[in-house]
Amino acid sequence: MIELQNLTKIYRMGNIEVPALRGVTLSIDTSEMVAIMGASGSGKSTMMNILGCLDVPTSGQYLLDGEDVVRLTDDRLAEIRNRKIGFVFQTYNLLPRLTALANVEMPLLYGNGHNRRRRAMDALEKVGLADRMNHRPTELSGGQQQRVGIARALVKDPSLMLADEPTGNLDSQSSQDIVAILEGLNQQEGLTVVIITHEPDIAAATRRIISMRDGQIIEDRPVGEADHNLEAASLERAERASNGRPTV
Amino acid sequence: MNPLTTFRIALSSLGTNKLRAALTLLGIVIGVSAVITLMAIGRGVQQSITDSLQTLGTNLLFVRPGESSQGGVSGGQGSTATLTLDDANALVGSVFAPSVSGVAPELRTSGQVVFGRNNTSTQIIGVTPDYETVRNYPISTGQFITPGQVENNSQVAVLGATVAETLYGFRSPVGQPIRINGKQFEVIGVLESKGGSAFGSLDDQVLVPITTVYYRLSSQRTAQGGVSVGTINVQVSQVEDMDRAVQEIATVLRLRHRITGEDDFSVTSQQDILDTLEQTTNTFVIFLGAIASISLLVGGIGIMNIMLVSVTERTREIGIRKAMGAKRRDILLQFMSEATLLSLGGGAVGVLIGWTLSQLLNGLPLLGSQPIQTAARPDVAILALVVSAAIGLFFGIYPAMRAASLHPIDALRHE
Repeated sequence: MIELQNLTKIYRMGNIEVPALRGVTLSIDTSEMVAIMGASGSGKSTMMNILGCLDVPTSGQYLLDGEDVVRLTDDRLAEIRNRKIGFVFQTYNLLPRLTALANVEMPLLYGNGHNRRRRAMDALEKVGLADRMNHRPTELSGGQQQRVGIARALVKDPSLMLADEPTGNLDSQSSQDIVAILEGLNQQEGLTVVIITHEPDIAAATRRIISMRDGQIIEDRPVGEADHNLEAASLERAERASNGRPTV
Repeated sequence: MNPLTTFRIALSSLGTNKLRAALTLLGIVIGVSAVITLMAIGRGVQQSITDSLQTLGTNLLFVRPGESSQGGVSGGQGSTATLTLDDANALVGSVFAPSVSGVAPELRTSGQVVFGRNNTSTQIIGVTPDYETVRNYPISTGQFITPGQVENNSQVAVLGATVAETLYGFRSPVGQPIRINGKQFEVIGVLESKGGSAFGSLDDQVLVPITTVYYRLSSQRTAQGGVSVGTINVQVSQVEDMDRAVQEIATVLRLRHRITGEDDFSVTSQQDILDTLEQTTNTFVIFLGAIASISLLVGGIGIMNIMLVSVTERTREIGIRKAMGAKRRDILLQFMSEATLLSLGGGAVGVLIGWTLSQLLNGLPLLGSQPIQTAARPDVAILALVVSAAIGLFFGIYPAMRAASLHPIDALRHE
């Protein structure tokens, strides 16, 4: 699914070269659910941009579904983003003047989208927002907005779902909901999910944790018992917090 | 993305800031309606000028004396008295000028005309009997000047309608005395009113025998002797023969004046004058249009301005759309269609307003006392629409290119 071979990325600021990725080699299989962790400045955002075909690496190889995407033009990259990649952002990035439905429909406008309305409604149903279709983002809670974001990422049936700190702006209950939705998509539909996060309990919900520091992978391990304990504790916390409060 | 979707998205984007879109639109509306209205007024003035000239008849030729030249200084056309009454008579029934059907020489001077306590200053035109038919000056009361009166330098006068009314009020002037430049004349007729023209009233003049002007009212004398004339009006039997008639007249006059070199006269046709006038008024119309176009240009700059603001404001949206797979072309089209929608919408409203204004102004006396027919024409309306669409494209392309070339990551990070 994803093959990274000795990937580097160097940003140039004036005359100073700032390396963001320094030789990353990684492979992620179809239907895997992976967390990429790291402090800010560790290169995980750059990773996300390159994985999402928003940016191209300075050197190295990136095969997505067997297709070399390193030397593609901007328009070809846009096509690949449209066909294969679903983005979920920390700040949701919904268009405020559009309804939830129109927001979800938006990716279908680019590329050959038929049955747009139907497909957008299906996607919203999958994230449990069928009854909020005609609400604007400002009329939705953070958790609901993020679910619209997930629906928008889902609508094109992507092969890769990239979530950049998807719970960063959410309370713990909403966070658990969002993670649960992503987990469900991964397990039931076999969607490949890559979550970028710095919250260990979110990462614990995945099957594999990749830790980064200074533009390099320092650890790549399956999720173990310790992580699950952490997750359970967090779930408990969330449940306690939601006591006497209507669920989102 | 299909055009309809693009259009819908553009419309809804503009709809989010209605006041701003409306104000931007207003710039184009004012520009386009100004162009249409001013062009309509210009065309109307042009039309009324040519119309009034056309009423004089299109089969007329004017033979005028050539210019005098002293030490290389030209005195301008008609500054010498090279044409005589005999020249005019020679054109009548000449075998060399078969296309000529009527000849009416005239000699103008200005004069003070007095009756009782009333007086006015007016044009005194010395004419021959044929003037009545050649220049189409029908008599309303009394009679026109006779050949005998020309022969005898008679002191008789035919008054224009305005002069008659000024001096005699409601009384009939025929048979009444009149003093012209201190000399006693008798009024023998009054002309029918011809109304005003772009060159002043045709009713404000007094006709007397041409010989009377020459011998009794003006002091100009010809070198050759004989009665000098100012202009010889020549009527041509067929409008198609105009060019031939010009040649014929020139031949006759060259023979009479024994000219081998440069002509001492010139022949112009009504059409020449019309053409010159049309050229002049065209400049005027274009000038009006150009002034109005400036406001259209300002409107276009307004569109560009607002589109640039819009691109900056919506940088994040552009980033999101790009992340979702929008290509350069998609973003370019989106912003271009917004700009074009603004300019075309403004253009359409402007055409409506301009058209209505032209209709309202129609028939109003904008040119002196003469009502003008404002002519809002479809070609101007279509042109205005095309130009406003072009303005949208022209002023929209830069902001749209800026939007399209944004890098998705930078755009997404934009606050």
